[in-house]
Amino acid sequence: MITSTIRRRRPFSAGRFTSWVYVALILLITVFPFYWMLRTAFSNNRALATNPGSFLPVDFTLGAFRRVIGLATASESLAEGGSGASLQLGPYILNSVIYATVSTVSIVFFSALAAYAFSRLQWRGRELMFGLFLTALMVPGILTLLPNFVLIKDLGLLNTFAGMILPGALFSAFNIFFLRQFMLGMSNEIEEAAIIDGAGRLRIFFGITLPMTSGPIITLSILGFITAWNDYFWPLLVTNDESVRPLTLALAVFKQSSPQAAPDWSGLMAATLVAALPMLVLFLAFGKRIVNSIGFTGLK
Amino acid sequence: MHSPAHRNDGRLAWILIAPALVGFIVFAVYPTLRGIYLSFTNFRVLSPPSWTGLDNFVRLIHDDVFWGALGVTVYFVVLSVVIGMTFSLVTAVILHRLNASTLVRGMVILPFLISGVVAATTWSWMLDSQLGIINMLIEKLTGSPILFLGSRSWAIPSIALISVWKSMGYNAIIIFAGLQTIPSTVYEAGRIDGASEVKMFRYLTLPLLRPILAMVLILNVIGSFQVFDIVAVTTKGGPANASNVLQMYIYQKAFGQFDFGYASTMSLALFAMLIVITFLQMRLTRASQTDTN
Repeated sequence: MITSTIRRRRPFSAGRFTSWVYVALILLITVFPFYWMLRTAFSNNRALATNPGSFLPVDFTLGAFRRVIGLATASESLAEGGSGASLQLGPYILNSVIYATVSTVSIVFFSALAAYAFSRLQWRGRELMFGLFLTALMVPGILTLLPNFVLIKDLGLLNTFAGMILPGALFSAFNIFFLRQFMLGMSNEIEEAAIIDGAGRLRIFFGITLPMTSGPIITLSILGFITAWNDYFWPLLVTNDESVRPLTLALAVFKQSSPQAAPDWSGLMAATLVAALPMLVLFLAFGKRIVNSIGFTGLK
Repeated sequence: MHSPAHRNDGRLAWILIAPALVGFIVFAVYPTLRGIYLSFTNFRVLSPPSWTGLDNFVRLIHDDVFWGALGVTVYFVVLSVVIGMTFSLVTAVILHRLNASTLVRGMVILPFLISGVVAATTWSWMLDSQLGIINMLIEKLTGSPILFLGSRSWAIPSIALISVWKSMGYNAIIIFAGLQTIPSTVYEAGRIDGASEVKMFRYLTLPLLRPILAMVLILNVIGSFQVFDIVAVTTKGGPANASNVLQMYIYQKAFGQFDFGYASTMSLALFAMLIVITFLQMRLTRASQTDTN
């Protein structure tokens, strides 16, 4: 990537000052809701109503977290202004982990296989097939949603991980396109040397091509995991059973079951925090990588 | 072309693309064709579809709720895309000019990492008419709270703001990456010619950035047309259909009333609109490419 930062050391200027004020404001708007989640999650829901504007947790308690991971009894929950209902987030977290991990690993792996065929192998029909795959990039998802639901239902896969994962686990035009770009740019020499040494194609793929493509593969994995972890619509369509439903759905159900008059805001914010936590950890671990990935995928 | 090393490539290639090909045919091509077919049928899931010709399309033309939902959706798309693109562009340009660190850029994309459900829940708390922090400030300033998600006039603007909050940083980072590809010599030349910052933005940055901007714009339009999770969590289409976006209406028809045939017809209509937009995007991008070369 060519960098062209127009860096010139300049003394204080009104324009620079305004720019920094703007950035500070944007960052404040970006980060404040996360702080407000935290502050509310550690508050006592009953006490919250008396002091809603406090910038620190009101009557600090871990009660909200206990409620959403199912540790609090109904009476404890009511005493802190909960609805009495508790949420067992544990199993939902596990479901989300399974859904996001299997989806991501599978789609990246199968895309890498296809990308290899479209870049390093020479065969008749290669360009035609690739062009055909690319048309899928232009088609928005809306039309396939209902028929895919019917198909999953006909296959008897409603309420199963297979039903949630399968439609997106095999084919992604974007992933194939993205990985192919990298593989096209790899030099032939290493591969040819390996062939002379008697390595088969598959050994070359697993031993040379795949490791050399690890950068873009990690990029796609991170982006895929974020998307799957946050997915709401498809799991909503194909599941109605708690045993497979991911966290996003549990949260939405919990939000809807919270009484309209006096919602359990502390509990809700504790639950949203738990739901967002893996992404925040991912951000702490791979922040720079995520930023670069997003920029990079955008450029194609 | 076919060196000995590539002798057996053909067979292996088909084996390698087999999973993707199966996924493509079973979960992309077949459902697309089936979706088109279903839109010409009366299909209520439990019994097989029966061909009804253009009935669904006639019904669509006379369905006021559909046109209402289309209007609401277009209103949402325009609001969220105009506000979102403006802030994304300004933020990207400023971050670029200030040479902001990866940390700052990273913080901007935080909302992109969380789900629409989390964002919607958090904002419905902050916008709450009684205890919400935003309404507390508004009440201090104006004396009365705003029923953000509960009022007909505020529902869509509120949802648009949540959506902009969530996606702004993501778009800004893509535009930022686009800015980085512009060679600095272009700006040096501009400066020698005595161009002001504003002029350089207008006559250098914007034209050179057009392919990226066109792409971000279209991705946002297509995404916004299919908005669902924020609406589902905040208003469920209410009050009185004020935020009943197309995807919500399709969902209700299909899964509330099991009217899959008609829901498919609406999907096809939405699909057709998005195809037209995608086509326009390609024209737009191509036009700008010849423009800058």
